[in-house]
Amino acid sequence: MAVIEVQGLLKRYGRHTAVDGIALAIAPGEVFGLLGPNGAGKTTTVEILEGYRRRDGGDVRVLGEDPDSAGRRWRSRLGIVPQGAQDGAELTVREMVRHVASFYPAPRDPEEVIARCGLEEKAGARLRTLSGGQRRRVDVACGIVGGPELLFLDEPTTGFDPEARRAFWALIRDLAEDGTTIVLTSHYLDEVEALATRLAVLSGGRIVAEGTPGTIGGRTAESIISWHDGNGAQRVVTDEPLPLLAALTGRATPVTDLRVQPRSLEDVYLELIGEAK
Amino acid sequence: MTAVAEKALPSTLRIGLSRGGAEVRQFFRERDAVVFTFALPTVILILLGFIFDEPLDGATDVRVSQVFAAGMIAFGILSTAFISVGVGIAGDREDGTLKRLRGTPTTASAYLIGKIVLVAVTTVAEVALMLTAGVLLFGLELPSDTGRWVTFGWLLALSVIVCTLLGIAASTLARSARSAPAVMNLPVLALQFTSGIFVHVSALPDAMLAVSSWFPVKWMGQGFRSVFLPDAVASQEVAGSWEHGRIALVLIAWCLVGLALCLATFRWTDRRTR
Ligand SMILES: Nc1ncnc2c1ncn2[C@@H]1O[C@H](COP(=O)(O)OP(=O)(O)O)[C@@H](O)[C@H]1O
Ligand SMILES: [Mg+2]
Repeated sequence: MAVIEVQGLLKRYGRHTAVDGIALAIAPGEVFGLLGPNGAGKTTTVEILEGYRRRDGGDVRVLGEDPDSAGRRWRSRLGIVPQGAQDGAELTVREMVRHVASFYPAPRDPEEVIARCGLEEKAGARLRTLSGGQRRRVDVACGIVGGPELLFLDEPTTGFDPEARRAFWALIRDLAEDGTTIVLTSHYLDEVEALATRLAVLSGGRIVAEGTPGTIGGRTAESIISWHDGNGAQRVVTDEPLPLLAALTGRATPVTDLRVQPRSLEDVYLELIGEAK
Repeated sequence: MTAVAEKALPSTLRIGLSRGGAEVRQFFRERDAVVFTFALPTVILILLGFIFDEPLDGATDVRVSQVFAAGMIAFGILSTAFISVGVGIAGDREDGTLKRLRGTPTTASAYLIGKIVLVAVTTVAEVALMLTAGVLLFGLELPSDTGRWVTFGWLLALSVIVCTLLGIAASTLARSARSAPAVMNLPVLALQFTSGIFVHVSALPDAMLAVSSWFPVKWMGQGFRSVFLPDAVASQEVAGSWEHGRIALVLIAWCLVGLALCLATFRWTDRRTR
């Protein structure tokens, strides 16, 4: 059974349609990436799934229930890592994680969760004194201490330095190995590529592509061939590179700087969100 | 999927007490809250007490400072219940506390139990601090008969309930956590001048007292004076007596108003982010 099933999801703010009829199906154990530029509708979508915002249309099932009417038991099976939380500034990491654990019927051991999130050395520090990356780890610790079946992460690494991001990614992979289903939003391509088993590209409230990081947008089949000749720089995207290469090598005029590359996810992504605009 | 029997969810009371522990810890660790909400009423009491440390007109055995020390317990409760709850909820809404709780099996009632625990602890500490200052600095006498302590008990309980409920309701008026202290302090300070807390009732214009009589502060102050001052000075109150029955009625009426306002206005999140 799918963990998340969404059909024709619609959300409007006044006359602006922020989410325009999207469909999703996420299976147990998946790490699903929702990729899109700022304002694409990622937070709106995720917060509807979490039960924070009401939708204006469509069917939504999360862990078999409608988030608008689901109760405490349903919430106890969910873990949420919100965007930009600043709460508990005067509590220590240990106090905060223990406190959140007390809300759940069968919490994980707070000390274990703290260690897993790489916060042992900061366990006695007030949240107010932590760096952005450390603070975010506390949010993850709070998100997983209840032992969720499904974990939501909304732009978890915004504002991280590269090293902190790598460490954070390792933590997410580690959680995924336990079998926790993870829904992750990001506007960083490399993040989704590194973590997601499947992804959807969201732009202007619509899903413009869906697939795995390797296959999205027909990526595997296509190559980019680029070169310089008498007419300047040339670039051709094709799924049959050999005839073109043969034609180029047979030319009388000089061809320089010839390259054959697979189309990168970044190329696909930029095309997708460019087309959607 | 769930082979094991599902464990029961923690009760609202248990989560509420856990919230209460976190609330109390955070309150006493935040210097602004401690200085502004907690210490201010005692500081003002000490200042006004020394400025007006003279015998009360027409009652040689009572000093004006003692009248202030008794009435200003109302200020203490306004601070630790009304202001601290209003500012606290506005802050919780802005810093993500309410959002986080909303995403867990916590209920709104458990959150409110947490606030009640915070109010109970801080109010008891506040009243004890103010009474200590009153007794040590201004010779306020603690009553020896049980009757007065019974009055003190119901008066304290009703005052705390009224102030907490109104504080919860008023928190929605503040548009941001930064503006909350200003929004909450204005009515508190104004009402204390017009209700005879910062100024002796006999010095106030009748019209001002008539308006203030619609609000709870005047009745709280009058009630606490009745607990700590000799009955002889009751003649200096507006009605010439302590009016315990009316105090109880007004405060109960405000409890109901406060409850209705809370139910109508409390929200987990800012309306603008729905
Ligand atoms: N509470 C709101 N009120 C009005 N408009 C909103 C609100 N939240 C989001 N929007 C608008 O909806 C669109 C999608 O926003 P959001 O879901 O936050 O996107 P993302 O998370 O992908 O950056 C944006 O145009 C944003 O301005
Ligand atoms: Mg967002």
